[in-house]
Amino acid sequence: MTWESVIGIEVHVELSTRSKMFCGCAVEFGAEPNTNTCPVCLGLPGALPVPNRKAIEWIMAIGLALNCEVSERSVFHRKNYFYADLPKGYQISQFDIPVCHDGYLDVTVDGETRRIGIERAHMEEDTGKSTHIGDGGRIHAAESTLLDFNRSGVPLVEVVSRPDIRSAAEARAYAQDLRAVVAELGASDARLEEGSIRFDANVSIRPEGAEGLGTKVEVKNMNSFRSLEKAVDYEIERQITVVEAGGELTQETRHWDEEAGVTHSMRVKEGSSDYRYFTEPDLAPMVMSASWVDEVRVGLPELPAERKARYSDEGLESDLAGVLSASPVEVRDIFDVAVAEGADHRRVANWLVGDVTAWLRRTETDPTKLPLGGKQLAELVEIVDEGVVSSSAAKMVLEGVLQGEGSPREVAKARDLVQISDVSAIEEIVAGVLADNPEAVKSYAAGEQKVVGFLVGQVMRASQGKADPKLVNELLRQKLSS
Amino acid sequence: MTLHELTIAEAGERLRAGEVSSSDLLEAALDRASLTEAQLHAYLTIDREGARETARRADADLADGIDHGPLHGVPVALKDNMCTRGVETTASSQILAGYIPPYDATVTRKLKEAGAVIVGKTNLDEFAMGSSTENSAYGTSYNPWDIGRVPGGSSGGSAAAVAIGSAFAALGSDTGGSIRQPASLTGVVGLKPTYGTVSRYGLIAFASSLDQIGPLSRSVQDAAFMLEAIWGHDPLDATSYAGEYPQPSAALDDGVSGMKVGVVKELAGEGYEPAVETAVSAMVDKLSDAGAAVVEVSLPTFDIALSAYYLIAPAEASANLARFDGVRYGHRGEGATTETLMARTRAEGFGPEVTRRVLLGTYALSAGYYDAFYGQAQKVRSAIQEDFSRAYESVDVLVSPTSPTVAFEAGARMDDPLAMYLSDICTIPSNLAGHPAISIPIGLDEQNLPIGFQVMAPALGETVMFQVAAAVETLAGFAERPVLEELAS
Ligand SMILES: [Zn+2]
Repeated sequence: MTWESVIGIEVHVELSTRSKMFCGCAVEFGAEPNTNTCPVCLGLPGALPVPNRKAIEWIMAIGLALNCEVSERSVFHRKNYFYADLPKGYQISQFDIPVCHDGYLDVTVDGETRRIGIERAHMEEDTGKSTHIGDGGRIHAAESTLLDFNRSGVPLVEVVSRPDIRSAAEARAYAQDLRAVVAELGASDARLEEGSIRFDANVSIRPEGAEGLGTKVEVKNMNSFRSLEKAVDYEIERQITVVEAGGELTQETRHWDEEAGVTHSMRVKEGSSDYRYFTEPDLAPMVMSASWVDEVRVGLPELPAERKARYSDEGLESDLAGVLSASPVEVRDIFDVAVAEGADHRRVANWLVGDVTAWLRRTETDPTKLPLGGKQLAELVEIVDEGVVSSSAAKMVLEGVLQGEGSPREVAKARDLVQISDVSAIEEIVAGVLADNPEAVKSYAAGEQKVVGFLVGQVMRASQGKADPKLVNELLRQKLSS
Repeated sequence: MTLHELTIAEAGERLRAGEVSSSDLLEAALDRASLTEAQLHAYLTIDREGARETARRADADLADGIDHGPLHGVPVALKDNMCTRGVETTASSQILAGYIPPYDATVTRKLKEAGAVIVGKTNLDEFAMGSSTENSAYGTSYNPWDIGRVPGGSSGGSAAAVAIGSAFAALGSDTGGSIRQPASLTGVVGLKPTYGTVSRYGLIAFASSLDQIGPLSRSVQDAAFMLEAIWGHDPLDATSYAGEYPQPSAALDDGVSGMKVGVVKELAGEGYEPAVETAVSAMVDKLSDAGAAVVEVSLPTFDIALSAYYLIAPAEASANLARFDGVRYGHRGEGATTETLMARTRAEGFGPEVTRRVLLGTYALSAGYYDAFYGQAQKVRSAIQEDFSRAYESVDVLVSPTSPTVAFEAGARMDDPLAMYLSDICTIPSNLAGHPAISIPIGLDEQNLPIGFQVMAPALGETVMFQVAAAVETLAGFAERPVLEELAS
């Protein structure tokens, strides 16, 4: 039997607001434990939550960027459960009326674009952080647990996809694209390693063509896109193996073990997962007026998908448009300026996603410190077009520009990379090479066309690579045929 | 008249005339406490030194011409479920034994800013759950009119202190009648303002959508002074009312002529003591004689208000009390795992009534029962609000007894929760609607026990409510004060 995998992704995005969701404490990564706390986020008796307006604007922005509807009225709920790092004994979250609902994100894998539905994006607060001391940090055998409430009350947006994802690669693409959107908005640091964006996957399988849904397993603890893809892949295979061996799947939460490359069943929590949701009586319903939504919509930056479409319209192939679109804003700005200077879109894009990006990576330079302007890149393209430098010499010119040696024309001159395009000068070299290689000339006369390549190489070497290869080719053939 | 019997208005006059000092007023209240606390147990904490310092400052300020208004230099008490920075706050629960808040509740701050002298923290039913103050983990409070009886609850300590004179006024909190019912049972004025007008920031929550702080005082005017000092928009409470506030003290002398007064048909009959009914109808007649148009009004949903209340309040309480887990503050039970630590903390820390309500509320919110219980109760709540709206189309205020009975004997209802719950049958509807209501003492029964008269008004209708309450006070001419028998000799 062929199996189809059905995957949904839940994403938690920590918003990069200055203050927490319901109090004035600072949101700060890496601060001394329990320094950013107050009666509200410590759940002291009598303290009350007051919502952060900026956080609500961020979730609206995320929702709009993901093509969601923004609810006119949205309600906070209490999600009740006991946990040491949950100070109030409930989390303020949302239940049946989230801020955003019914959106989508188009993702492309191997050239095929699919629309992944987004069920909802809701607002909630983060919990504190437990650190278990002793016995390898596992909760049950730990000697003690340290609690840090700096994270308690940090605004979180949870984005829940529909089970529209069909492969691990697609899950990864969805996660990456969603992260790109959030980062583009500036709504979050969106750093996986710091946990400011976290992904959980709901995975099930069903026979190809079947309608219903299989037993759903939630997979947690993936801290990179690669591990998300691997974990989902592993889980799909595991489920198929279990079912094909005649076994039954359990609805459970499984933990991805990065080192072992497997998922483990997490201990089933005692008691049921009845969170006894009810309306948070300390908070009035939020009203998102049409004018407020419009204000947020107008403030949205150009999003990766829109940008990619624009690049495609401007003549870039889909792959190139995609890569450029995902490049840092500084790189994209260079593109826009160079193109406005009249340089060819594709050539500029190729320089940027190729040599420029490689240089950034190799030299570990932050894109904000990229020492290249759009006008300079346009000039580089121009001198190649004019035949001033060869394509290969142009790479060295770029290197010089990036090292601050001057404009492309200046670097070409200073590094002595200007092409020899003077016909008589090249004719002289050609004549010399032909005189030195009588065997080759004979072979050509005998019909061996491929010696031309050898002779071109000889001429280029003799000119120290500066001769215009097109001219060399032309002149060689003329001389050989005469 | 001795100092401890003065109203705030009277004390203020003497203070500004230079006849007495704030320190004198405070010592009068403290003396009164020393004399009566052994029998009444109105206070959990008396902050003698803190209060004396505040009183001295109030006197110095006044000497410098700085006058913070009607409460300047006046000794008041706070129910022990309102946070006071540096002063133990327990909500009468073992689970908060020794808990010292690092911050002041908004009402605490406002009272301080108004120049009031905070004498101490008064006893209550644990987490404000009860109608007799017998559910306190630190011992029962008793009624100054008869120390064999309860002062009502849950703000019983505040009521007893104001009645006996160990505070000139006090704050209570009212979730289902916890200010008005004890006021009624102790012969003082008790006011629950419109929901959202007094900040709940720093009030240890019982049922957030119902809780409201308000004053207990010896006169209607004093209640207005207290209210005007503590209410107002608070950015720290997201349910705080941000619009325009009424000005009740301006209307106290306007009388009831031409006013339309509705007598609630459902709040009478079976279960109501004859003396209460007689006193209430006598007052209704007096209002009519004073020029009010009196009509009987039916609000049929009042009959099911109690049931709805006992689902909504425990449901919210079950979540509000979840934070008391022994992890960060308060009592901590022994436990090798987090689960046992939390379970033992709560089992040891909560008294039986609190445990009962947390269980009831947890059950009412559980999957499969939510719609039948909590969901249904919310529908009843909406229906009650509609009933009120309909009634207020034809009347300005509604009136009723505050409590169906006078103060009952200590212990009489402790084994019968339902009988205890019925104590609040007249007061609960206003909480469910979020409306203001006030209890005014109108007389004594044949056993010398006070009877309270309730005036209810629509949301933000404090002005008209106070107008009627002041008239009721005048018409009743109630001037009796309790006399503790042991002290009488
Ligand atoms: Zn905080």
